[in-house]
Amino acid sequence: MIKVKNLYKSYRNQGKTQQVLNDINFEVPAGQVFGIIGKSGAGKSTLIKCLNLLERPDSGEIIIDGIDLTKITSNELRVQRQQIGVIFQHFNLLNSKTIFDNVALPLILHGNHDKAQIKAAVQEMLQLVGLEDFANKYPASLSGGQKQRVGIARALITKPKLLLSDEATSALDPQTTASILDLLLEINRKLGITIALITHELEVVRKICDKVAVIDGGRIIELGNAVDVLLHPREALTRKLIVEEETDKYLENVQQFYQFEKNANRHLLLLSFVGETTYQPLLSIVAKEANVEFSILRGELGRIKDTPFGQLLVEFEGGEDGLSLAKSVMTRLGVHYETIY
Amino acid sequence: MAIAIINDLLTNVDWSEISDASLDTLFMLGFSVFFSTIIGIPIGLVLFLTSRGRLLQNGPIYNVLSFIINVLRSIPFIILLIVMIPVTTMLLGTSLGAKGTIPPLVVGAFPFFARLVENALKEIDNGIFHMAESCGATTWQIIWHILLPEILPSVIASITVTAIALVSYTAMAGAVGGGGLGDLAIRYGYQRFQTDVMLITVVLMVVLVQVIQMFGDLLVRWLRKK
Repeated sequence: MIKVKNLYKSYRNQGKTQQVLNDINFEVPAGQVFGIIGKSGAGKSTLIKCLNLLERPDSGEIIIDGIDLTKITSNELRVQRQQIGVIFQHFNLLNSKTIFDNVALPLILHGNHDKAQIKAAVQEMLQLVGLEDFANKYPASLSGGQKQRVGIARALITKPKLLLSDEATSALDPQTTASILDLLLEINRKLGITIALITHELEVVRKICDKVAVIDGGRIIELGNAVDVLLHPREALTRKLIVEEETDKYLENVQQFYQFEKNANRHLLLLSFVGETTYQPLLSIVAKEANVEFSILRGELGRIKDTPFGQLLVEFEGGEDGLSLAKSVMTRLGVHYETIY
Repeated sequence: MAIAIINDLLTNVDWSEISDASLDTLFMLGFSVFFSTIIGIPIGLVLFLTSRGRLLQNGPIYNVLSFIINVLRSIPFIILLIVMIPVTTMLLGTSLGAKGTIPPLVVGAFPFFARLVENALKEIDNGIFHMAESCGATTWQIIWHILLPEILPSVIASITVTAIALVSYTAMAGAVGGGGLGDLAIRYGYQRFQTDVMLITVVLMVVLVQVIQMFGDLLVRWLRKK
């Protein structure tokens, strides 16, 4: 659905050229939710604007549904943009128009003036986002979450194949964020629409993304399935950005604390398991087979989109042999481990 | 009884002349507000759209237009009245009477109004333009479906401000044979020392300004409440 190849973008600012995007490459298959996560200033905002060519890249290809947007005329581009819905951090609703007219706007901009058709389409969309009673209200009387629902209804009314989300939940409180993410997920499943989103919130990636790209300094530093990237980040920077903050802090504390009692018989491991293995009695199998003792210092079970995962900080006791046996058992069982010491 | 006392105090006041002058003032005001608005809105739009970073960014057009607006705004209205005499004569065949004041009033007011429109447009959040472009809107569609509806309350407020400025301009136009309440105030109140006539015209203008402001505020409040 989306194919981005060798994308470069720079801004000229007072004679200085600043490279904002540097050799960006990725592909998103139809129907997937693709997340781009990064700190502010990493270039993610520019990247999502490039995807519907609100920002024109210096070079590279942006192929949406088989059409390279960088190679078509501005009139063709207008038509293509109608296939791409966008939702925004600050909603961008028109205060002078009712919710109904806000949602209907894209249809009118595309030259559809069939009132009955517009009415039916708007009602369908308002129902989808749960705002069917708000048609005649004005944006000023809505809460942030409701405004974003209107934004989503507006983005979807042209039945686009692709939805771009520009920090859609960043201006919302955690509870509202969760409900908007649920809505996006529901839309993704119900309508089969591909979603590309940018965010700085880990929660967003974890809850709805199938694939994720970590962007820093204008480059994609890590790209892969959300489960893999979130649980086993390869790059130090990624790690800093996405590893469970709590776990990370905890690790720091533990490492300081345990320095006194370090000995060859005790080993601290961070175990990660995904999918069905999450529900197996892993630790007791390992303990029996390798004849080691263990104690869980910290643990977390959760989901990354649909995939259950667990992450445990475990201390094993039982000598070098026992430990290497334990490690091989874990590898056999499909548990990923990282030796802290 | 009460009417008799008032008439004693206002010996010089000829009510039929007052009512003719009031109608003249309303006539001047109505037409000059109307023309200032329909000239000022497009010019405000062009100023906005051709300014830096906007949809039709165009330095030369913006700079020339902006310069002309500034020149017109810096000419004192009393001078403008005189400078405009040949133009008005060319346009309307006369530069006298209520009709003759309309062109200078419009030229005096529309540059001011155009700037107000430009400022109202600048207030629109940039995100709205991103949204419109993302929807594949043309510039015309953006103007018609987005910009004009969004600035409507501000435009009404600007029309109110402009109309009130025009009330005092119409009075000044009396000085060059323009007619209306200002003309009456100068001819009777100033030149013939008939203070009572002066008083009545001033009271009427105060009432006029109050009514315009009140009506404008009500309309804006109603539009913003929506």
